[in-house]
This record gives sequence, structure tokens and C-alpha cells, in this order.
Amino acid sequence: MSGDNHGDDGVSRRKVLECMTWAGTGVLWTATGGVPRSIGIIDSAEAATAAAPGMSFLQISDSHVGFDKPANPNALGTLEEAVNKINAMPAKPSFMIHTGDITHLSKAAEFDNAERIISQTKLDVHYVPGEHDFIDEEVKLYRERYGRGTKGHGWYSFDAGGVHFIGLVNVVDLKAGGLGNLGAEQLAWLEDDLRGKSKSTPVVLFAHIPLWTVYPQWGWGTEDGGRALEYVKGFGSVTVLNGHIHQVMQKVEGNVTFHTARSTAFPQPAPGAAPSPGPMKVEDARLRSMLGVASINFKQNEQRLAIIDTPLQG
Amino acid sequence: MKTLNRRDFGFDLGLALAAAILLPATKARADDLDVHIDNFVFQPAELKIKVGTTVTWTNRDDIPHTIVSAGKFRSKTLDTDDKFSFTFTNAGDYKYFCSLHPHMTGMIKVE
Ligand SMILES: [Cu+2]
Repeated sequence: MSGDNHGDDGVSRRKVLECMTWAGTGVLWTATGGVPRSIGIIDSAEAATAAAPGMSFLQISDSHVGFDKPANPNALGTLEEAVNKINAMPAKPSFMIHTGDITHLSKAAEFDNAERIISQTKLDVHYVPGEHDFIDEEVKLYRERYGRGTKGHGWYSFDAGGVHFIGLVNVVDLKAGGLGNLGAEQLAWLEDDLRGKSKSTPVVLFAHIPLWTVYPQWGWGTEDGGRALEYVKGFGSVTVLNGHIHQVMQKVEGNVTFHTARSTAFPQPAPGAAPSPGPMKVEDARLRSMLGVASINFKQNEQRLAIIDTPLQG
Repeated sequence: MKTLNRRDFGFDLGLALAAAILLPATKARADDLDVHIDNFVFQPAELKIKVGTTVTWTNRDDIPHTIVSAGKFRSKTLDTDDKFSFTFTNAGDYKYFCSLHPHMTGMIKVE
């Protein structure tokens, strides 16, 4: 970056971000008072160092273990590459979240393979299911493995580093013609879960399908996501993380920052850029620049948030 | 603008028009007993068939899909090139969708 214009112009900043995403370079974000600012193009090692101290955690998503089509014939292999990348980070994150589509077809062997690879990070992993994890006949494999201690179809909350984390499930009871769905029971639980929490507590909501409307024509949004966002409105710092759309996308609305992570399996097209949201075939040389992981850092008492997207290959 | 449908016509006129409009279409589509899924779309999105007809869906996407008509039928998850068939033994309109991608919807009209 030239350094002569520190990204005050929104357009040029967006351009820079675009370049970085396509070049596959890590991006370090900070957010002050809810306004995000990219501080620069840095490689993952620098990013991890810059992120410390403070609590940091990782997000991975959409591993689609079992997927073997031309867009990526070896989804398990690229998951393993992501895990190697994580293990090479100089500063170990506190834990990891996985925002769903761990598997492609909810098969027992797919869950086993995913577990075998992801456990090599030796990190605590907090999961939410994607629709691909909920397609076995009795819809029980995900819940048997990851549902312990969760409510309903698998939602739960926990606290870490002064941040309140809430894992939501928006991939069940989908209605014809509709989008993702949280449902009345889960919304009631969420309202209750937040009741009495100090408004200065940073909140992280994570779910598979975006809680915000990204592109309804492709089902990229959650029907009743707005209700969930109502409940967190008064909080000073709210971060909403999701997967499902296999590309980095971010927006800020008031005190809420929305961010989607890359997949570790295959890229998907930008909204409306293809006839369907199906897997995007890119040249082999480019594939790994479009897959990756995200690490998120909170500096306590500073209401600061940094999100670093690290592709598998720059 | 209002869309014309059978309910908007008088009884006699409605029948005559329905015969004039629907019969040729039905005939031209006599072989349309297959529905394909390509690019997250059911094709054709609407099918008119006679009672007793079997419809077969084929998933030609790289992503799994399902065929669900609430309370009527429900396929297993169809991986690439998997098929699902259902025989319609009662007249009526069967709306269906993909429970994994609910924006995908289709309709089978059985007469
Ligand atoms: Cu589908």
C-alpha cells in the first residue's frame, strides 16, 4: 500500500480489499466504535502477531467433507491444508468455531473424517450445523456428535474472554420458497439468553446461513434473522459470523458487523454472477487463494475487533 | 395487473377456454414425465399430468437436493445423478420444493 492515502475514500478502500481478496493475501481488520478499517495487507504470521495480545479465535466453515466434484475433487485434503495452516500460526487462538457444512452428505464416514482432521488443531471447536449436516434419515448424526449440552436442534451460548458467544441453527424447518429459518422456539430462547446481560458485553452471533439478507434469489438470508438482530440491538459491540456462501463478505450496520468466511472446500460465485450458487470451477492454480480460514481478535475494554482472513495459499 | 386463471372465467367459457388452452399443451408435453434439476432449478418448473402418471426427478447439480411436497411425498437427499420417482394417483395441485434450498420450488398439476 502506498501510504499516501489511508483509505479515507470508501471506493478505493473497497478496491484495495477486492485486490487483496483476489490476490489471496491476509487482511487485518480493526473496528473502532463499530466502524471497520482495514489496516493493511499482511501475511498470516504478521497478522497473528499483530492480533496478540487479547483474545483471539478462529473461524472455519463449509468443509464439505465428502465433496469430490471437479470444483475440488479432494475437499478433505484442503481441510487438512487449512488445519496445517492453523497449526503453523505463531499465536495459538483460544478456540475455534465451525459455521457448518462440516460434511457434504451427513454420512457417518464424512463426520469421522472431518473429526480426524480437525482434531489435529488440538483446539476446542464450537460447531453449528449447515444444511448438509442435517440430511441423514433421522437427522441424528450431527446431534449425537456435537449436540451435547445444546438446546433444540443444537443452539447454545458460552462466554470466553469477556465475550458472549451464541451459536444459532437456521437450517431446519425451511419453508417452501423461503430462506433460512430460526423459528419461534429458538428466538424465545435467544431473547431469554440475552436478558440481564450488560449492554457493554461484546456479543458474537454465529450461524451457518447469513442472518442478514445477502441475496434472497439464492436463498442467502434468514427469514426471521431480523428478529434475532432486534434482540442484540442495544449492545455496544455485536459481531455476526456465518458461512454458507463460500466467500468473504462484510457489512456494518450501526454497532453490528457482519462477516462471512471462506469455505475450506470450494468457492461459490458472487451474488448473481452465475446461473446458480453451485460450486465455482476455477483453475487449479487459483483454487487455494479462494479457500481459507478467518481469525478474529478482541482487545478487551477497547471494543476493538480485528478479523483476519487467511487463504490457504497467497 | 391481474393474472387470468380459470376462476376468472364464467363456467361454460372457462371450460371451453381451458380445453382450448390446456389440451394442446398437455399433448405437446406428453413425454414430460421427467423433471431435471440444473443450476438449482426444477425444469420444467410446472408439469401437467394425468392421474396414474409417474414423474421422475433427476439431480444434475454437483450439490445435493431433495423433493418435498408437504404431507404428500418426500425424497431422500439426491446426490449428483440420483433419481426420485413418484406416481400420482389423485388429482390435484402438488406444490413441492427442495428442503435444503427452499427457494427452489415446483408444481405438478394432476388432472
Ligand atoms: Cu436443493
